[in-house]
Order: sequence, then structure tokens, then C-alpha cells
Amino acid sequence: MKRVLEGSQAVAEAVRLAKVDVISAYPITPQTHIVEFLSEYCAKGTMNARFLRVESEHSALATLIGAATTGVRTFTATSSQGLALMHELLHWTTGARVPVVMAEVNRALGPGWNIWTDQTDSLAQRDTGWIQLYCENGQEVLDTIIQAFRLGEWVNLPVMVVLDAFFLSHTYEPVDVPDQEPVDHFLPPYEPKFQVDTKDPRAFGSLVAPNAYMEMRYNIAEAMEEAQSCFQKIEDEYKGIFGRRYGLVEPVYCDDAEIVLVTSGTITSTSRQVINDLRARGEKVGLLKIKLFRPFPVDIIRQILKSIPKVAVIDRNISFGASGIFAQEVRAALCNLAGHPLVFGYIVGLGGRDVTTDVLEDIYWRTKNNNVPEKESIWLGLQEV
Amino acid sequence: MIEIRFHGRGGQGTVIASILLAKALFQAGYQVQSFPVFGVERRGAPVEAYVRFDKENILIRTNVYNPDHVVVQDCTLLQNIDVTRGLKPEGWIIINSPVSPDDLAPFTGFKLAFVDANGIALRNHLGTRTHPIVNTPMIGVFARVFNMPSMDAVEAAIREEVPAEVEGNIKAAQDAYNEVQLIGLIKEAGVDKA
Repeated sequence: MKRVLEGSQAVAEAVRLAKVDVISAYPITPQTHIVEFLSEYCAKGTMNARFLRVESEHSALATLIGAATTGVRTFTATSSQGLALMHELLHWTTGARVPVVMAEVNRALGPGWNIWTDQTDSLAQRDTGWIQLYCENGQEVLDTIIQAFRLGEWVNLPVMVVLDAFFLSHTYEPVDVPDQEPVDHFLPPYEPKFQVDTKDPRAFGSLVAPNAYMEMRYNIAEAMEEAQSCFQKIEDEYKGIFGRRYGLVEPVYCDDAEIVLVTSGTITSTSRQVINDLRARGEKVGLLKIKLFRPFPVDIIRQILKSIPKVAVIDRNISFGASGIFAQEVRAALCNLAGHPLVFGYIVGLGGRDVTTDVLEDIYWRTKNNNVPEKESIWLGLQEV
Repeated sequence: MIEIRFHGRGGQGTVIASILLAKALFQAGYQVQSFPVFGVERRGAPVEAYVRFDKENILIRTNVYNPDHVVVQDCTLLQNIDVTRGLKPEGWIIINSPVSPDDLAPFTGFKLAFVDANGIALRNHLGTRTHPIVNTPMIGVFARVFNMPSMDAVEAAIREEVPAEVEGNIKAAQDAYNEVQLIGLIKEAGVDKA
């Protein structure tokens, strides 16, 4: 049934429907409402999960690694500084091969202290071995969280479902909340491939010497690659039951486009409006939404962009000393294609600055009116200081 | 697509008002989006919240800069906030006030309606004399001014969203629907009756 829900509640409803066994999280704006909804569900018995309160995000994830090692379904949520504090254990989750699922509400890192949206927090964790999926609206958040458990449990890797602060986490909109029965059919109880037996405790996590470590890393790399095809199969099944699919990436009007905007998060949604308006005025513009960031779907992105003359990558994030992070990834994906597209990289919307339709149109016209990018990263909307 | 801006003070239920309106409009068959101004809320400080609605899917996910109409939950805000900021010409300004503002000049080119939502809230035991809860009356006024959403949709939204005093809130919305004063378009030379 469709209900008007806050983005945070779409997360909580998905976690409820997924029948998670153990939740541990530490509140931080703008993730707080997720934790509030879930603790209320647990207190009222709407959910039959253990909600473990802890003193930090580091402990929240440590708790879940322990819980998941015993073969139960686990969930956490965080943002920004909280995710940064988890960093050590993000690596640990992957190495331990436990499928923890996290909702990550994109918030800028301080200082300057800022609670608003910015993707640098999650993208800075790109090398930790977490699968990362970026969402553009409340429905996609709900669907993706449910799918994330299937995906993580299939390939034994943790999954981060990423949503923009406020523009998604605090926005109310109609969301179709499925009934429990079809969700149970799609997502049966977790059957771990391995688990520790709490009744027969053993030492765990011993030293791994050079003769084995590299193979363990290779296995993770392979599981990460496999996640692409697994996610496609999961989406096929989800569409069969619930009628919705999103794709690893989604091309819009890319077939005859001369310029393609590459987007992620809620900027994708606003960009859909902008390209519709530009198309109505005869402009040959397309859009490529990137949903799956890790693993980065290189082959499919090459396939879609190979004959596009110019690509404009929109980054609400910055890797200092390099460029926008999506722009780096897109450039790397395209560089071995002969005659590859020109890649324009734009930095916008840091720390929650609004990315309006005017900003997005400006990106289109700059890309159209320049034969080559003026710089590797073009910062838009900077004020005189 | 229609965009609405709510003005209120922290603690007055301004964000809830925007959610209530979104839910009522959804009941009435519209696609909706509602969100607060993204900041740090303090009790008594000016706050804003927004609603977008349309028959089509709403794709735009940015702040609202040029609302079609505004709802002002506290008439004391008129002293230090320009509620007409970015407002489209001939947009409605719906004000919680027992009387029409003395000086209509700031509203020239817009349409005005007012209602004594504080009085209605107190009469229906919503909040206290110093802190009346006026969000449900303001939604009733909206329904009258725009002839939608229906009061059935408003009632359904209140039943879904409001945790306490449900019947009092429904009655308050209905009272405000009945009692609102529609002044209409403020022209430079004078006032047109709606």
C-alpha cells in the first residue's frame, strides 16, 4: 500500500520487513530518525529484533560483526563523522565476510561543522570492500534496503545503501510499502554459509601469513565482481514480485545524446526534470544514473558512453588533490576505449548547497559551449570570499 | 506543480502542518512531497516547511524558491519576516490572525485570507493559551481557500498523523474551514472582495 513516508521511515520499514535480528546504531543527525523509528518498532514489538545500544559508531559496527559471525541478520545506520569513526571496522566487516547492511545518510565531514548533504563521507570509504548503492527517492531506498540483504548474504560482503541528507532522509513522499508475505518470499530467513557456534566456542581470527592472505583478498575481489551479476538477478526477481527495478546504472535518452550528464543520489531526480526540459527545446542531452558505485560497473558504463562525444560528471564530493570521485571513476572506466568521450567534471552542492535546475542547466551549457574541459574539476557557484 | 511555503515558529507544529497537508493531498489523488527547511530547529525561532503537489510524478528535489502560496501560522512573524519573498503574483497568503492586518500595502498583488486559528485551537482544547496548536485549523483553511483537498481527506490525514486529541483536531479543522475570512486580491487602489 502506498503511504506518505519520510525517507528515514522508508529505511525503517524496509528493515522491519527484512526481519533483521540484531540492530545496533549510534544516533547522529541526519540519520537520527532511522534509529528513532527502529528503536520504537523494537520497543513496541512491531519488530522482533535485538536493539543494542552502544557508546559509539565504532562499537555499533563491532557489535554487529560479532552478531553476524553467529549467523544472524544485522543492520546499522550512520552518517559522516560516525562513518569515519567506523573506518577500521568497515575493513574488518569485509575481511570477516559478514553481510552487515548499513543505511548511510550522506552528510558533510567537519570542520566546518555541517549537517547537510555531501557524498564525500561514503565515497571516502570506497576501498573498504563494502558494496555501495546510491538512491534517488524514498521508494528506491525501501526497495534497495530489502535487496541489500539478499545481495550481501549471497556474496558474503557488507552493503551500504546511501541516501542524501534531508533532500531524501527528511522528505515525505508516497512510498509503496509491500506486505510482509511477498517480502518473506523474496527474502527468506538468512542461511549463513558459515557461522560460529556460541555453544562450542573456539578461537577465531588468527594470524594469516603471506602464503594465504593474498588468496583471501582475491576471494573478496572476486565476490565483489560477482556482486554485479548477482544484483541483476536479484533485481529480476524483485521486479517479478514487486514490479520495480532500477539497474546497476540507468541510461535515459542516451541513444542519440551528444552530451550525457552522469549523476547519483537525488541530483539524478532533479536532472530528469532538467533533461526533459532541455529535450523539449531540441537539445540532444541524456542522463546516466549511477546506482552501483562499488563494484563500479565499468563494462556497462563503457557500453553506454562509448559513442557519446561529451560526458559531464556531476560530483557532490571532492577528493582533495584529485577531483570529484565519480569523475575519477568514469575517466578510469573510459580511458582504454579508443576515441573515448571527453569527460567534464563538475563540483557542486558540497555541504548541502542546493543543486537547482539552474545549476544543472548551467552544467549542460558549459559542456556544450566548451570544446574541451577548462579544468579537471570545475567548481560551480563559488562566491567571492 | 504547485508549491506551498509554511511559516511558523519552532514548537508550533509547522513541519507537522506541511506533512498533514501532503497526506491530505495524497488522499485526494495528488503526488506530493513535503520537507522542512533543513536546519537546526529551536523553539520559538522562525521555521519554514514546504509542500509540492502535482498530478504528475514530482522529480525536482531542491528547495522551494518561488512558492505559489504561503501559509503563515503566527501573525507576529509578519513584523520581521517578508512572507511574500519569492511568492508568485496573485498567490494566496493565509494568515493565522484574529483580525485583518492593518496595513495591507505589503500584500499588494497577492490574495489574502485570515482566520483566528489561536481562538479555534483554544476552543477545541489544542495546546495552551500561550502555546495553541494551530496546524490542523490552518489545513482546514487551506481546504476552503482552494476548494481542495476535501474535508474527508483532511480528516483521514489527521487520523493518520496526529497522535492525540484526534476529534478536537478534526473539529478545529472544520471550524477553521467555516470561519476563514477571504479578503482576496489586494490591489493598490483598494480591495476586491473574493
